[in-house]
Amino acid sequence: MIEIKDLHKSYKMGSNSLHVLKGINFSCKEGELVAIMGSSGSGKSTLLNILGMLDEADEGEYILDGIPIKNLNETKAANYRNKFLGFIFQSFNLINYKTALENVALPLYYQKMPRKQRQEKALKYLEQVGLKEWSHHLPSELSGGQKQRVAIARAMVAEPKVLLADELTGALDSTTSYEVMDLIQKINDQGNTILVVTHEPDIAQMCKRIIHLKDGVIVKDEKVKQVRATANV
Amino acid sequence: MQFLFDKNTWQEIFGSIGKNKTRTIITVIGVLWGIFIYIVLAGASKGLDNGFERNFETVAKNSIWAWSQSTSMPYAGYKTGRRLRIKVGDAITLKNRVPEIQYIAPVNTKGVFGGEAAQGVRGLKSNSYPVYGYFPVIAKMATQKIYDNGRFINDEDEEQARKVCVIGERTQQELFEKDEDPIGGYIRIDGIYFQVVGVHKFTQTTPFGTDGDIYIPFATFKKLYNTGDNAQYFTIAAYDDADVVQVEKDIKSVLKSIHRVHPDDERAFGAFNLGEVFNKIMGFANGLTFVSLIVGLATILAGVIGIGNILLISVKERTKELGIRRALGATPREVRSLIILESVFLTMIAGIIGIIMGAGILNLINNMTQDIDFPYTNPTVPIPLVIGALLVMVVLGTLIGLIPAQRAVSIKPIDALREE
Repeated sequence: MIEIKDLHKSYKMGSNSLHVLKGINFSCKEGELVAIMGSSGSGKSTLLNILGMLDEADEGEYILDGIPIKNLNETKAANYRNKFLGFIFQSFNLINYKTALENVALPLYYQKMPRKQRQEKALKYLEQVGLKEWSHHLPSELSGGQKQRVAIARAMVAEPKVLLADELTGALDSTTSYEVMDLIQKINDQGNTILVVTHEPDIAQMCKRIIHLKDGVIVKDEKVKQVRATANV
Repeated sequence: MQFLFDKNTWQEIFGSIGKNKTRTIITVIGVLWGIFIYIVLAGASKGLDNGFERNFETVAKNSIWAWSQSTSMPYAGYKTGRRLRIKVGDAITLKNRVPEIQYIAPVNTKGVFGGEAAQGVRGLKSNSYPVYGYFPVIAKMATQKIYDNGRFINDEDEEQARKVCVIGERTQQELFEKDEDPIGGYIRIDGIYFQVVGVHKFTQTTPFGTDGDIYIPFATFKKLYNTGDNAQYFTIAAYDDADVVQVEKDIKSVLKSIHRVHPDDERAFGAFNLGEVFNKIMGFANGLTFVSLIVGLATILAGVIGIGNILLISVKERTKELGIRRALGATPREVRSLIILESVFLTMIAGIIGIIMGAGILNLINNMTQDIDFPYTNPTVPIPLVIGALLVMVVLGTLIGLIPAQRAVSIKPIDALREE
């Protein structure tokens, strides 16, 4: 599903250049649930941003489901993001003046789907994350866990090839975190490919594979025995 | 272009406009005020314009009155100070030699420019009234409002030198009973019986009319007062497109050549040129219209810049939201058109409300000035000007929206999302 070869990325900070990613090689098959771990500054968010086409690599190859991702202009990147990727952020990033339903339906709006169809589909996904009754509430009326579940529904609604989650439990307490991870695991069980960036070992253990990043290189790539989140709830 | 008619686009726009109502309202007020000022100014100047026009509507705007005075220069063997008399025949010469003249009529009067007025008598009632000897063509130069059943002097009256007269309103009141029909009645003018054929409503058609006067056919006047070939003045109307100042000059020079007056003698003939006065007033009104146009457009511009300004702030506020949208697949084009459409939409709404309010105020002013003597009639703003203003607003709204829109897409989605 994802193929990365010799990926480099550096940021210019005035006259200094900060080399963040120093040759990442990594591949991931369909249906995998991968955790990317590392301390802050290890380059994990940068990697995720490049995978999410929010940022561009300086060097190296990135192939997503057989499509080489390079030389993207903003419009093309936007279309690819819309079709191939679902994002889940630490700070939820819901639009605060739109209801849960409208938030979930937004990616479909950019696919030019008619409004009625859009809302039906969004409602279906809200139901999947258990928030059907909350569909007409604004984000400010939802708890953190609920917000993250809305965000997950929004990431799922366009049926992307890959879900990218950036510290999705970072703003949640541990009980809620496990609930959210339970949801992620269930989505993965349905065959979706999910990449989770985290620095919490217990969250990483709930994935099937852990990649350890340190100073811009992969230091360890291990398959783990998945801990089911339900056991902790 | 299709996205313009897409319901979804508008739902997005209403969503983001409705989010911050105070901001939206303040933004709208800026442009609303601009277009309001524009409409009120344009309408008011048009109203003044119409008012001036109305003041002149009963008389041909290219009218010139010309009369003779005394020479101030010796010429062709004549000494200075010779009293001149214009002749009825001069009218034909003038018409032939000055092609810009549409109508010309000699007029004789009694009791208008000094001298004794005529004695009008009916039964026991009598008073003195100025009398005009008029050709029927006068009606073509200065509208004569004749009351029902009556008529103005006609060609047959003139040809047969009939003893008929048109009297003024006051003349009627003074000589006839209140409920008496004056038409067909007889009055005595300086001892001769005249039949009344019409009563005219007083309008300021010449620089010297009143409501208490009597018009009789020119030929009748000539017989009655023995004026022979003499005339007191000419009433002249030039064609609409004629240069009235030049026409006045031409008339004077023709008169000078007929009466053997020195070509440079400025005092020999006098004239009152209504066209020139009218042009000056209309020039003033046009200037006013122009100024109001400029001021109005400048105010609209200021309002639109205000919208741009507020949208710029709003884009900054919404950086994160726009970042989210782009992460979810909004293309730069879609983000840009969202911002521009917001700008255009706000401008249009403000414009339309402004136009309606402006029209309301104009109507109010019109009602208030209805009964007072003020040259202000029917203040309207021509539709092309309104549409023009709306177009200007849409164009300006788009242009000014481009700035925040460009700013919105120039921020990379990743930076937008990072902003906390």
